[in-house]
Amino acid sequence: MHTQIVLEMRGISKAFPGVRALHNVDFTLRRGEVHALMGENGAGKSTLIKVMTGVYAKDAGRITIDGATIHFRSPQEAQNFGVGTVYQEISLCPNLTVAENMFIGRGRRGFVNWNRMNGDATRLLESLCIPARPTQELSNCSLAVQQMIAIARAVDMECKILILDEPTSSLDEDEVRRLFALMRELKSRGVGIVFVTHFLDQVYEVSDRITVLRDGELVGEYAASSLPQIELVAKMLGKELGDVAGIRNRRPRTAESGIPVFEATGLSSAAGVRPFDFSIHKGEVNGFAGLLGSGRSESVRAIYAADKVTGGSVRVNGKSVRIGKPIQAMKLGIGYLPEDRKGDGIIAELSVRENIILALQVMEGFFKPFSRKQAEAFADEYIRLLNIKTPSTGTPIKALSGGNQQKVILARWLLTHPEYLILDEPTRGIDVGTKVEIQKLVLKLAEEGVSVTFISSEIEEMLRTCSRLIVMRDRCVVGELEDSGLTQNDVMHVIAGGAEKPCDE
Amino acid sequence: MRRVKATGFHLLLPLSVLAFLVVVNVIKGVDYFSLSVINGALYGNIPNILFGASELVVLAVGMTLVTSSSGGQDISVGVAGAITSSVFVAILLGADKITWWTIFAGFLAGCAVGVLIGAFNGSLVAVFKVQPMVATLILFTAGRSVAFLIDGKLSPILANDLTSRIGGVMPGVFIQTPILLTAVFIALIALLLKTTNLKLYAQSVGVNEKAARLNGIDPVAVKLLTFMLLGVCTAVAGFIAVCKAGRHDSVNLLKYIEMDAILAVAIGGNALGGGKFSVTGSIIGAYTIEVLNRTLLRLEVDTEAIKAVKAVFIIVLMVLASPVVRGYLANAVRRPRSGTQTGTVAEEAEDGWVSAPDAFRGREAP
Amino acid sequence: MRTVKGRETLSNSNLLFMIAAVIFVLMYALAMAIYPGSFLQLQTFFDLFSLNAPLIILTCGMSIVMIGGGIDISVGGVTGLVTMCCAVFLESGGGDVWSSMILALGIGIAFGLLQGFLIAYLEIQPFIITLAGMFLANGLLTTIHKDPLNVTLPGFVALRDAELVIPLLGSHNRLGNFIPLGIKIGAFVVVALVIALAVLMKWSRFGRNLYAVGGNSQSALMLGINVKRTKFQSYLICGSLSGIAGFVYIMTTGAGNVGNASGFEMKAIASSIIGGTMLSGGVGNLLGSPVGALTLLTINELIRAAGVNSNLQAIASGLLLCVFIVLQGVVVRLRGGGNLARALPSWLPAGKTTGKGK
Repeated sequence: MHTQIVLEMRGISKAFPGVRALHNVDFTLRRGEVHALMGENGAGKSTLIKVMTGVYAKDAGRITIDGATIHFRSPQEAQNFGVGTVYQEISLCPNLTVAENMFIGRGRRGFVNWNRMNGDATRLLESLCIPARPTQELSNCSLAVQQMIAIARAVDMECKILILDEPTSSLDEDEVRRLFALMRELKSRGVGIVFVTHFLDQVYEVSDRITVLRDGELVGEYAASSLPQIELVAKMLGKELGDVAGIRNRRPRTAESGIPVFEATGLSSAAGVRPFDFSIHKGEVNGFAGLLGSGRSESVRAIYAADKVTGGSVRVNGKSVRIGKPIQAMKLGIGYLPEDRKGDGIIAELSVRENIILALQVMEGFFKPFSRKQAEAFADEYIRLLNIKTPSTGTPIKALSGGNQQKVILARWLLTHPEYLILDEPTRGIDVGTKVEIQKLVLKLAEEGVSVTFISSEIEEMLRTCSRLIVMRDRCVVGELEDSGLTQNDVMHVIAGGAEKPCDE
Repeated sequence: MRRVKATGFHLLLPLSVLAFLVVVNVIKGVDYFSLSVINGALYGNIPNILFGASELVVLAVGMTLVTSSSGGQDISVGVAGAITSSVFVAILLGADKITWWTIFAGFLAGCAVGVLIGAFNGSLVAVFKVQPMVATLILFTAGRSVAFLIDGKLSPILANDLTSRIGGVMPGVFIQTPILLTAVFIALIALLLKTTNLKLYAQSVGVNEKAARLNGIDPVAVKLLTFMLLGVCTAVAGFIAVCKAGRHDSVNLLKYIEMDAILAVAIGGNALGGGKFSVTGSIIGAYTIEVLNRTLLRLEVDTEAIKAVKAVFIIVLMVLASPVVRGYLANAVRRPRSGTQTGTVAEEAEDGWVSAPDAFRGREAP
Repeated sequence: MRTVKGRETLSNSNLLFMIAAVIFVLMYALAMAIYPGSFLQLQTFFDLFSLNAPLIILTCGMSIVMIGGGIDISVGGVTGLVTMCCAVFLESGGGDVWSSMILALGIGIAFGLLQGFLIAYLEIQPFIITLAGMFLANGLLTTIHKDPLNVTLPGFVALRDAELVIPLLGSHNRLGNFIPLGIKIGAFVVVALVIALAVLMKWSRFGRNLYAVGGNSQSALMLGINVKRTKFQSYLICGSLSGIAGFVYIMTTGAGNVGNASGFEMKAIASSIIGGTMLSGGVGNLLGSPVGALTLLTINELIRAAGVNSNLQAIASGLLLCVFIVLQGVVVRLRGGGNLARALPSWLPAGKTTGKGK
């Protein structure tokens, strides 16, 4: 039985400055199985994978492959050892041909035999039913095909272990089916496959075994057949987290009568969210629930005009307005804390002070800079208010921990005194202490009359803070749940697709 | 202590280079700082450096802004200076009589042309997403010929008292005019940075364009603005240069100054990839280049070899400032005292954030 | 699958090359139509090659560096330095033609090694390093010899004047005398180099790796390519080509001079861009380099033939460059836009057409 195990990871720990990404995690992969690695964002899945493939060095723990203890120093070494990886962000070269992308960086020959390479590629593509020509430039292929080409490359290297990090997020049903067929084929050849995805149905379709991570810790390893979907969701979201500090939005939803602070009808954006209606009242906290990729972020981005708005009408405090650019939304009292803190939120090299005053400063206008004293006062005030841990106001924000960076962005928007604040995953990837602080803050803001839209991967958290949940799946709204008697199970049923209301009208 | 270190660190490189050069000069002869008064104006090593570097300083300031917002460099500044000054000269020579007013009008016209040039380069960069160096290569190729066509002939001569006073000394003033003009220019730039959010906007766009947009900044407008400001800088530099020279040589005026301006930005401790910038650093960098040139002359390096020695100096400087070498040096320095410094930082992080979940769970467990 | 093979979409590299080639052919045809007297003669065409051989060689080197995502502005300076070193060496009495060739190549390689190391392994900005390289080359040039130096060594003069004469393909001069077509050695060097380099970039491991590095160095690293070594090699090749170009230069003009090849770096960059190489890296076709250079040269010849103000040459070059840059930007963006629409999963309403469908 023991010989069946191809990869064994024991007691893996990994910390980054200020964040503990993995703590004492075990993972076991057997020959010829598809092993799903599950967990919400920040659970540590990608860190675990990167430790597996030698991108990160582990702080503690032991990795064995076929019984031999190994220690990869680079992705290249892992590749040579039979660990093939297909990353979520495609790491191929767009300007090379399909065949080249499959064979470059391998072998030692000084010259390329195009005929042979294209021949090999054709055979490989045909055997895997990938609709691409070897001589095609990669950038002319759809993302799905690119993804399959990356898989084909990994397959051709005859790996013992194949890691698929969210390979299906850009595939359509047909392509997913083909990918699964391929996975089963590889499985029968004895390859161990690690499969990361956010789509629950897919997990049950191909996986033999499921390992769940949460907050960088191992929740458990289960046989797929013995773990019902609803229980899996519960394990991922951490239901047993319990009654955190007794936070609860006790406020009844403010009377329907008043004019909504923000109201949109038929809003849609270039990011592909289907037209939806939305409204929020003064002092209300509502949220978009749904798994990653369900369109929850795209919806709020459409509200803030972060993506190009392609349709719909918007009313703020009853007045019809046009929001085409973020600055227009800001001037109407809307604040937006983006999901991607690094890419969209922080200005990494600038100081904490500059990051805090940025939004208010832009609203003030180009010709009215705050004095240094004023800026310092603002920064000091909010550093104290939100308990931001920073050596000084002049420290570059990139030197802060994730939780403190998030608080700085939050401070940026609080400083503008918004009427309506959108928080997209404000608690993602930060420690529990700060999470609770942020939740409390949201409720305090609501009491002061600020309307808040709160998005989180943790249903628990949303139930605590929101009085109304808009549930999304496949980029459209599939349900709206009121607070009264709302339980986690109800929400999870709708999210997991247990409930009625199909996506297409 | 910490704050001083944080704000002053980026000037360490240019200042230490400058200090090194001054020390070399002093060792060569203590008369380095001596001043003399000729025809009622100050001369000597220091005034000569300030005088000689004036155009470079002006251009380095503009280049810093463009580098910050666009992450690339404008290689057409010398050429643009030649064009703006040719317009200035054309207006002066076209006037019946050269007065302060005609000079002022000519200068304004030069600035307007500079803004146009900046708008052209800037729109290629901001709207068409062309790399700055490629975009400005167009003007670099064609510009000197345009300047020649505006001149209409080879080297028109500015023979009058007023412009030679601008390029030399005003009667009754102690200091050469270009030095004063540069000082005024620096003061205006300081004022601009003080009274507007230019620095914050340009840096935000340069560091993270997406985030800047989500905070209401228009990246296209900011990039265009910095290119237009650089256009004005080329007009000022061209104005000073042509007044100094007394004639407009469309082929050689401000030749190769774009390279020095970019170098000044780099020596000033600014990243050529954009983002955070320090105008002070670039200004010091520009003066450093001038000091370097004059130091080599003073050390009696052959005029023929000056460029080679300068190149070696730059290469050594860049090697010392390169991320790889700096990382290596930092490691070498840190190792002996790692017990104290890094230890406390790690502790701080652990207290604050890493152990927080544990503390929380501990409470929850019972 | 066989059936779709015919309509393979062009890669960006090839598309930009095709645009450059078509425009060059059109421009040359136009030139022939307007000034049949000179442009219809084969001699004119081959002279473009022979007289501008150094620039074409430098353009090839520049293209290689640019495909890898870098830039080298020392090429003109190095070329000038090589011409002077060869001139001094040949005139010193002890030099012969073969050793001077090795000297030329050696200087180029030395610059390539130094710059490549600093850029690839120490990760210093290529612009600043090669700028310093240009200063260094210029400084060394003036240090070695300041005044124009004509090479009079008989062996060299013979090489300089050597021509392949093709008697059948000549033309009549104004007096009606028949002058056979003569092709200088430089033209052959160019043709050989262009073919060799095109082969290198198309078929060698290095060439393909370089495209990968220029396209996305992060991905290239993930695909198991030694990014640093590849970059280093590209600068090394560019440096060697500068050396060769220097020797071809002096073989064409026969003299060392301070002003030799000055400003060639920018001309080479412009030619590369016109030839379809993008400064952002990963896109370019080596065959485009000579086409780009020839396009630039033809427009200059045209204006010279027109006999108008010679300053218009530079302005026309600038305009040509501007047209190409904007054209390339638009073409690449249009194609990129297409990719963006395709980037969305197909089950999503991509744009207006399918938005109402379901």
